[in-house]
Amino acid sequence: MSGDHHHPHGDKAHDHDSHAPVSEAHDISSESALLERALRELLIEKNIFTAGDLRRQIELTESRTPELGAKVVARAWTDAQYKARLLADAKPAIENLLGIDLNLTPELTVVENTAARHHVICCTLCSCYPRAVLGIPPAWYKSPEYRARVVREPREVLAEFGTQLPDDVEIRVVDSTADMRYMVLPLRPRDTGHLSEQELIALITRDSMIGVSVLAGSQY
Amino acid sequence: MKPVFVTGDKVKVRAAEVATHCRTPHYLRGKRGIVARVFGAYPNPEQLAYHRLGVPYLPLYQIEFDFKEVWGKAAGATVITADIYQHWLERDN
Amino acid sequence: MTHAVHDLGGQPAGPIEFAEHERTFFDQRVDAMMRILAHPEHGHYTVDAMRRAVESLPENQYFELGYYERWVRAIKQLVVEKGLLSEDELNCKLAALRSEQRPA
Repeated sequence: MSGDHHHPHGDKAHDHDSHAPVSEAHDISSESALLERALRELLIEKNIFTAGDLRRQIELTESRTPELGAKVVARAWTDAQYKARLLADAKPAIENLLGIDLNLTPELTVVENTAARHHVICCTLCSCYPRAVLGIPPAWYKSPEYRARVVREPREVLAEFGTQLPDDVEIRVVDSTADMRYMVLPLRPRDTGHLSEQELIALITRDSMIGVSVLAGSQY
Repeated sequence: MKPVFVTGDKVKVRAAEVATHCRTPHYLRGKRGIVARVFGAYPNPEQLAYHRLGVPYLPLYQIEFDFKEVWGKAAGATVITADIYQHWLERDN
Repeated sequence: MTHAVHDLGGQPAGPIEFAEHERTFFDQRVDAMMRILAHPEHGHYTVDAMRRAVESLPENQYFELGYYERWVRAIKQLVVEKGLLSEDELNCKLAALRSEQRPA
């Protein structure tokens, strides 16, 4: 199942998200691998789910990538009415644009980064993440280090990501503690007025939609 | 359960200690904040976690905390927001 | 003051490790099993129960195990709790898989 997933365009959004599995992990203990196999085989034998259910779930999960978020961002940058709808009520705006069904996914709010106000999202309790539009969270997002530190020393953490914001830019650390998931609408870089929506999509990175980075050319 | 807070209300997170599952982060317990957004009502996660129904549903709020209130020291213009269920909030006048 | 193992906001911690991890078949299967079993409409338990099970791992396991290794243990706990599988069935299956791996 490694090679059946590709992205037609906007590869920039995936520079940091090579998510195609290549092999079994060598750092998973044999005990964990055995337990996974035992559970899977028994639950399939008992018809709790089928091998096909598992396959379809994996395909659905793998179909959700940061490119979806990037499409939403590019549209919001180029269509003020769309942006207003997105910020007011994200789910229907995203469903209509992308043609995907978010009925069974958690609630979603899009927060807008501006030259005066920068949002960065996290989940200090587990790994809540806007999977519907960004896919599976990166390992560092789920790490104890990010979860522990981003709420206590956000500017230092952003600096570790190479993100230096002027002191007068308000930082809003958004801890996703309950039913709501958050995605960041990054600040649009300057001098991009001539770019097409497709070209804009290619500029937008996953990390800018988490808020740990800003896009090249962002002006504060 | 009906929502009792509106946007802009001053609230304080209860400083309770619980040994069971809950979604109120420890670092925000006992801290004062302001209601930034009022969301709908959601099943009580403290019950769902133990295979119960989660009723009555709980109003959920995005609460905005000043960084200094949370950590006792300023860090420029910094705000923390977290989503807290109503039963963890009390009015702060 | 009690402090649950998973409740990490503000706890002391070192630098962030930025390496992006390839998702493995193991990760994908565990993720998919969890999502099917905790499906909002026809699942057997909630994602909240899943979190509770992960959070109740002993502290050393919580930090030493990989993310999906924690999940697979939580799935095990919950399918037994919900009576989808018995402890005995699981142990028999694990024993069979082990002997299969180490042919005489």
